[in-house]
Amino acid sequence: MRKLLVLFFLAVIMVVLVATVIEMPTIGDPANVTNNEVPRRYVEASLEETGALNVIASIITDYRAFDTLGEATVLFVAIAAVLSNLKAH
Amino acid sequence: MEDVIVRYVSRFILPFVQLYGLYVVLHGHLSPGGGFSGGAVIGASMILYALSFNLAAGSKKLSHDVSSILESSGALIFAGMGLLSILLGGNFLANRAAGIPLGTPGNLFSSGSIAIITFGVGIKVASTMITLFYSLIEEEGHSHDHH
Repeated sequence: MRKLLVLFFLAVIMVVLVATVIEMPTIGDPANVTNNEVPRRYVEASLEETGALNVIASIITDYRAFDTLGEATVLFVAIAAVLSNLKAH
Repeated sequence: MEDVIVRYVSRFILPFVQLYGLYVVLHGHLSPGGGFSGGAVIGASMILYALSFNLAAGSKKLSHDVSSILESSGALIFAGMGLLSILLGGNFLANRAAGIPLGTPGNLFSSGSIAIITFGVGIKVASTMITLFYSLIEEEGHSHDHH
């Protein structure tokens, strides 16, 4: 009975996910909604605004450096939690 | 593990692995890579050393206190660069808008705060992997020897 319920919910989730993936636009389509002025600005102006040849490095450490700071904080808190748990033994 | 061949070969290749990891971290703004992948390579080299020799030799090379200090200093370098941008007159974590010199593209010392932030993230990820590995592998008898 419980297995049937689990299978039913998994089938519902699968139908929702497949329907979403079918509606997504193809990657690299020029008429894509995500081809607006933001990636164009990143690709065209990043060399002169940041001086880095690697566009991805300039995005994650200059344009969006605050998000990378959040990720470094997550790493630090994870290590602190593991250490405080294992030092107690 | 006590194998002679594993120890011999890993003693040969470990300097090259660490040199490659350092290259990936320091050239984060020029070639693909950056702080996270380079830090993973450096951490993996220390894990290889601790695996092929025993854990006591690995702890002697990079002790628990040193790796804790490295981990905290990696995060402090990142936040310190942001505060330096405030001190220079811009926003938090600003690069060119705060007056940090960018240099010519293609040099090693270019792009202002990107290289320093990449380096901080690199040593942070490396010390995270080393600390996790040592904490999970230590037996009960070793955990009281390092204080």
